[in-house]
Amino acid sequence: MRRFTIALVLGAVLLSPATLADEFTGTDVDRWQSEFDSVAKKGRELWTSGALGTNSVACAQCHPNAANTHPETYPKFQKQLGKVAQLFEMVNWCIRNPLQGAALPADDPKMTALVAYIHKERKGVAIDAGKH
Amino acid sequence: MTRLITRRSVIAAGAAAGTLTTLPISMVRLAFGGTREDFSFTYISDSHIQQIKGASFVRNWDMGLKRAVAEANLITPEADFVMFGGDLAQLGKKEELDHGAEMLSHVKGKLHSVMGEHDYYLDLGEYWSKLYGPQWYSFDHKGVHFVVLNSILTTDEWTFHRWPTAEQRMLEMAGLDNPNGSPFMVGEKQRAWLKDDLDKVAKDTPLIVFSHSPLQKIYKGWNFWTDDAEQVQALLQPFKTVNVIYGHVHQIQYNQIGNISFNAVMATAWPWPYPDTYAQAGAHVPVLTVPMNRADPFFERDATGWQMIDVNSGRVTARYQLWDNGERVVGYDPKLGKPVDKKYQEAIVRKAPQLHY
Repeated sequence: MRRFTIALVLGAVLLSPATLADEFTGTDVDRWQSEFDSVAKKGRELWTSGALGTNSVACAQCHPNAANTHPETYPKFQKQLGKVAQLFEMVNWCIRNPLQGAALPADDPKMTALVAYIHKERKGVAIDAGKH
Repeated sequence: MTRLITRRSVIAAGAAAGTLTTLPISMVRLAFGGTREDFSFTYISDSHIQQIKGASFVRNWDMGLKRAVAEANLITPEADFVMFGGDLAQLGKKEELDHGAEMLSHVKGKLHSVMGEHDYYLDLGEYWSKLYGPQWYSFDHKGVHFVVLNSILTTDEWTFHRWPTAEQRMLEMAGLDNPNGSPFMVGEKQRAWLKDDLDKVAKDTPLIVFSHSPLQKIYKGWNFWTDDAEQVQALLQPFKTVNVIYGHVHQIQYNQIGNISFNAVMATAWPWPYPDTYAQAGAHVPVLTVPMNRADPFFERDATGWQMIDVNSGRVTARYQLWDNGERVVGYDPKLGKPVDKKYQEAIVRKAPQLHY
């Protein structure tokens, strides 16, 4: 994918008569990918650690490889929450209930890491917001 | 909707099973002549009792095991015995095994127990064996030969030489999706014992084998897998009717390989997704299986449960006692030569919004 992106960028540069704005290099792409990967890796550590809540239960106990989390279906209506909810709200539901912990702010780096990990494991599945 | 499972609902589930079931306690004419008394047994599995610290344990998992035991005790006529399918504890600790064993001690009737990896990899089964005795053995009951196996062993290198501490070894094996784990196996020593044991049994005796991991290969990434499954199956194939019942997978699965029918049982603790829902894994579910409904996380006991199992047809009929859905009955269909779900064989009668994906 990264190689394809680089090829696309190089191709666009070579083919277009005018130089594109906001050019980015292979070094940029590598950096961005490794930033994402390191955050997703932190997410995997949190996912399996049992330290997110208070009862030592880990997300991975019910969701190996983050399966059955359906990140591609959010936002969606959750009848028990009574509203259309985002993925982080459902993650917080799990932290509060099976993990007996305290909810994280939406932009908490831990939440970002968890969501990054969930999406990484679900890579390649088409977006389908609202699906049940 | 949650229902307390009573004798009435179990008998109703039996009635829905149609030709595969008979009234409780009757004599069945066997295909090979003679008669055998009907009986059923209770199957409870995968309670994963988890210590938080000191005297506190994860309430959710405690409640699953307590509920299964309480409901199984309400059934009349009583089951002949109770099987516990392994993973009594989460991290093999003495405190967890003791706490779980105390709850399990309330079952009516004799209890047989199967070793799970969560019971084993802290002290290599030492404390569990003090509670429940040998890790593999056989017994006969009303014309059926039963075998209990420890199917969660692995290589000596992984077991004895890879990890600096027993606690780390346990944690590495406890993570279902942990790539540092190791494939389960029955092993050469136990297979030799099994061969000797089965040599003494007539080939037309119904045979029921209990293991924790599936004695078939489903998905290696989550250890829904036994590495020497084919070698164990080869020892079982000469028998006319063979059933393997396994836990570990926390979901309804069934399959038929040659003469061997496979049934998985539910966990009391939590459900697992089917392996084919992992986008990076591909399809890994036995083709015969109609999956159970996707769990509703808002109901704590959904997609967990326990089983009543009868051997009235000479084969296993598993009645899944589910806590937020109707009971499911999976039994052997002699015409098709494989286990079938008695109700949900056709996709059109299933609940589409609850499909796994």
